[in-house]
Amino acid sequence: MFTIFGIPSAALFGQLLIGLINGSFYALLSLGLAVIFGMLNIINFAHGAQYMLGAVAAFLLLQWTGIGYWPALIIAPLIVGAFGIVIERTLLQWLYKLDHLYGLLLTFGVALIVEGIARNYLGSAGLPYVLPDSLRGGQNLGFMFLPNYRAWVIGVSLVICFGTWFAIERTRLGAYLRAATENPTLVRAFGINVPVMITLTYGFGVALAAFAGVMAAPIYNVSPQMGSELIIVVFAVVVIGGMGSILGAILTGFGLGVIEGLTKVFFPEASNTVIFVIMAIVLLVRPAGLFGRRA
Amino acid sequence: MKRTMALAALAAALACGSAQAQQINVKIGVLTDMSSLYADLAGPGSVEAAKLAVEDFAKTNPNVKVEIISADHQNKPDVATNIANEWYDRDGVDMIVDVPNSGVALAVNEVARAKGKVFIDSGAASSDLTGPKCNATTVHWTYDTWMLANGTGKAIVKTGGDTWFFLTADYAFGHALERDTAAVVKANGGKVLGAVRHPLNTSDFSSFLLQAQASKAKVIGLANAGGDTINSIKQAAEFGIVSGGQSLAGLLVFASDVNALGLQTAQGLVLTNTFYWDANDQTRAWTKRWQKARPGKVPTMVQAGVYAGTLHYLKAVAALKSKDNGKAVVDEMKKLPTDDALFGKGTVRVDGRVIHPAYLYEVKKPSESKGPGDFYKLRATIPADEAFRPLKDGGCPLANG
Repeated sequence: MFTIFGIPSAALFGQLLIGLINGSFYALLSLGLAVIFGMLNIINFAHGAQYMLGAVAAFLLLQWTGIGYWPALIIAPLIVGAFGIVIERTLLQWLYKLDHLYGLLLTFGVALIVEGIARNYLGSAGLPYVLPDSLRGGQNLGFMFLPNYRAWVIGVSLVICFGTWFAIERTRLGAYLRAATENPTLVRAFGINVPVMITLTYGFGVALAAFAGVMAAPIYNVSPQMGSELIIVVFAVVVIGGMGSILGAILTGFGLGVIEGLTKVFFPEASNTVIFVIMAIVLLVRPAGLFGRRA
Repeated sequence: MKRTMALAALAAALACGSAQAQQINVKIGVLTDMSSLYADLAGPGSVEAAKLAVEDFAKTNPNVKVEIISADHQNKPDVATNIANEWYDRDGVDMIVDVPNSGVALAVNEVARAKGKVFIDSGAASSDLTGPKCNATTVHWTYDTWMLANGTGKAIVKTGGDTWFFLTADYAFGHALERDTAAVVKANGGKVLGAVRHPLNTSDFSSFLLQAQASKAKVIGLANAGGDTINSIKQAAEFGIVSGGQSLAGLLVFASDVNALGLQTAQGLVLTNTFYWDANDQTRAWTKRWQKARPGKVPTMVQAGVYAGTLHYLKAVAALKSKDNGKAVVDEMKKLPTDDALFGKGTVRVDGRVIHPAYLYEVKKPSESKGPGDFYKLRATIPADEAFRPLKDGGCPLANG
């Protein structure tokens, strides 16, 4: 076996794979954020809280009704997505004409309220959620032990990311959406109900966050603050990828996962700062982000 | 006759006066984390524990009136310092209790020192509170890093876990816990193969766990707390660390963490605590009373320590018949043996360290648990004189004088 910078190659391959898996989580989360910004021009700061709500909904479904992981993967995003639609209809829709800052402040406030309520009723230590039996165990790949659940995460994430990108960039519905962002009045003139489309898009973005939350529940601590710890990183991913660029969010998510993974081997103390260092460099060199369309 | 009447009146007036002098009003401030990561292991549950202590104390001491107030220190030393100053100076608070988070506790310790007021810490871990930073008006109840390292570390090395790898939270508390545990491991003939320092509030530990796995150490020591510990244990189960023959040592694990993990994930984990709600009839009875205000929750050792510390403080005030001189009250606390329903009998040492037994617990399998909160089985009792750092090793200036 050979070594790279003093690290056995096998260990390094393991770390690369782990990085990709974490990256797929970042991709999944930043995807919803990119969709909401790209289509609605709203900086959705409540994304972390909605991610947390997804995980908490999965826990409550199990606790109250005995609904397990698999149905929760569908039901929890639907519930949280519906909650997102209510927020869009009652609050956000009044802000589209204003500066981005208003949307950011409003969603930030929503996030604080939601987290506060969750903490009040559920406490701060965390809620137990175990791995579904069918995804227990793992495969020995020779260079590392790959838990089945992580393989599932990376697979699902790829499918969802590709599906969303395809739906927005390559289908007629996606074309309507993009057109509605560019020029809503004209698109309405063609008989398309733009407000409903916008509402559903926000609901979809929120549901994506909740979906990531359910995916996270078996392996991460389910607690009211789980979202606020992650949201900053995810925002950095979106900024690096280029605000609103869906492909950018996906590729950057995976890429940064790998970079963070390698940092955890060579200089673990810096593993939570490396993403922000990269963000600063990218903003200096390409202010619109790596894949940004707007300057 | 007239003279007798006058004397009687004088006597009555004097008696009245002395009765008034015996009436003592005490104000206790519970300074804790009400809204963030330690809110479950301390927080509102600590306030409730202090209330129970006052309730029990009032039964036998109707002449001491106790008022309890509380505040959220937000885990910020500056916020805590401000509150402590206001409480001691303006609001007439006589004693501050709880204060989880070592950084915050060390800050409040300095305020108490400057003002000569009483500070009873239950929630913080740093053994420096009774070491180099010890203070004549500070008492440290419940636990500290030395005791955790000694309890869990020694027990595991003695049962064959002689090679260690640490996952350490990259801040003062984590470093102290790693240092203390590594010393215990080496002193008992074990070896430390490596350590990795992870940032505070890391959500994904898979990379670190992979490094721990590659080290081939028999034991992976978790020198972290709260959410970090929960995430590492959850993901260690996923990565087959335990089924692969390595074992986990949670160096600071509270009942609230075990609750958050669930027994399915936490089973087999070895940990050291000084209080477990289901230990005996007295602790069970107390827990039942506590749960009236905190339904569905399991009290932690921190909350138990707030109860016991408050009770012992009030006993000292009653014995002294005065609360005004903080140092005199704490000296009285050190003179009186401690005795309560939750920790049993013990003493407060000259450096402020409370000495009582510690217990090595193992988390039960789901099949062994009879219901919610039935978490632990007792593996060993560490006697009071071995559980805490010997006085001479702490470096506390009070120990010399």
